[in-house]
Amino acid sequence: MAFLEVRSLSKSFPSASGPRHVLRDVRLDVDHGEFVSIVGAMGSGKSTLLSLLAGLTTPDSGTVTLDGQPVTGVRDDAAFVFQNYSLLPWFSALENVRLAVQAAFPRTEAAEQKKRATEALERVGLGNALDRKPRQLSGGMRQRVSLARAFATEPRVLFLDEPFGALDALTRDALQQDLAQLCAGRERPVTTVMITNSVEEAILLSDRIVPIVSGPPASLGSPIVVELARPRTLAQLAHDEQATHARAHVVAALTASLQRRVRPMLAGPASALSTTEPVKEAL
Amino acid sequence: MKRLINSLLPLCGIGLALAAWWAASAAVPDLPSPLRTWEESKLYILEPFAKRGESDQGILLLAYYSLIRVARGFLLGVVIATPLGFLLGVSATLTKMFDPIMQLLRPISPLAWLPLGLVIFQKSEPAALFAIAVCSMWPTVINTMVGVRAIPQDYWNVAKVLRLSRWTTFTKIIVPATLPYMFTGYRLSLGIAWLVIVASEMLTGTPGVGGFLWQEYNSLVYAHILLAIITIGVVGFALDRLMGLAEARLRAS
Repeated sequence: MAFLEVRSLSKSFPSASGPRHVLRDVRLDVDHGEFVSIVGAMGSGKSTLLSLLAGLTTPDSGTVTLDGQPVTGVRDDAAFVFQNYSLLPWFSALENVRLAVQAAFPRTEAAEQKKRATEALERVGLGNALDRKPRQLSGGMRQRVSLARAFATEPRVLFLDEPFGALDALTRDALQQDLAQLCAGRERPVTTVMITNSVEEAILLSDRIVPIVSGPPASLGSPIVVELARPRTLAQLAHDEQATHARAHVVAALTASLQRRVRPMLAGPASALSTTEPVKEAL
Repeated sequence: MKRLINSLLPLCGIGLALAAWWAASAAVPDLPSPLRTWEESKLYILEPFAKRGESDQGILLLAYYSLIRVARGFLLGVVIATPLGFLLGVSATLTKMFDPIMQLLRPISPLAWLPLGLVIFQKSEPAALFAIAVCSMWPTVINTMVGVRAIPQDYWNVAKVLRLSRWTTFTKIIVPATLPYMFTGYRLSLGIAWLVIVASEMLTGTPGVGGFLWQEYNSLVYAHILLAIITIGVVGFALDRLMGLAEARLRAS
């Protein structure tokens, strides 16, 4: 039995013109310690999927099982990184991380909590920015605080919702490497599910890549394995045969699903541009 | 040069207002002119804290009595209004339940609440506090409520994801996120409290700027009515500025 098991998961949202089906019959297995990326275009339902896996929202039907237990709410051994940082602006970097540590280890002494939070920030290179408020930090630094907050609680499961989507390309590269290091540098492995619209990011970080096909309503395509030891570097991926192979596979799966999406759109009034462009960018 | 003109313009406005006052006083026999008002009021202004008798005191001493009363009424209102605002902000059910009542109570004049306060409390002082609190609490209730509703989904997600307790969510997320809205509410509430004080003092005859105004009207010292009016304006303006400063500091931090 896989560590994280998703079976026949469906979700719809009410809208003016009846229920809008976002996910249909999703099936996914993630092994213990595995890093799985779910790749798809904007608006294909991937954030909804992650919310369901994490227990932030409840599905219409189907089940999510984590470590043998059905997921009914947010687990205390899970951590998150959101695209928009989600830091509290009235707290310093240290206080933001400390809040997570306090919530995760309420019985630990205050001094020890502070030490953990400080160390987490030092690991992402922010040891000299502990007392700065989020608005005094650049986007990349903010997301580093967010990563530190996630790792400070020593989670067993990590959910990443387009963690680097709001960053410029260079910062994005740097943070991807940081994340790869953080995942690799842990004593016990963390099982990670990442949502992204960047194929390159998925190849750099994941053991397996699952493309979202034909959304909405979306279901998952067959997973593509990246058989390279982690952590990897971008330089290594540029000319590697395995990476090229994986890239071609993912792109083919996504393009096939996009073409399926575009055809009915030509007839309908929906805006084809807004849904197709992000993936073009990603390719 | 432009700066000089900009700083002179308000003075020009005041000068024009004084001229209009002077013209009106020339036309209306009982209305004292600016000069006569000054002549008859300077004792109160130059010795602002003098206490010559129960009904004859320096203007700032009178303003002080009024301010104390406003502060107590305002605090009473805020103590009730702030938690109410939080509750209404968090719960859609409570909002639906109480919104009609709030809309109904809000436009009621202090003059209407005061007799009710006198009936309930039998004394003028608590009745005045009651009227101030009931009239001034609404901006705080509404702004706090709006502030809670305006908390971005991001912050709620943080609370959910970190599994913060209700109390921690309240103290670490809801209160800091709502604070700027609350302070806007406090500023508006204080303004209303200051409006109510005059009416309540006039009706209850308690010492203070409003009481002084009514008493001097009855003693036919019309210049002192104008003195009281100007004092009320100046103090109200100062209060608003002070709250504005507090608000600005809060937003900057």
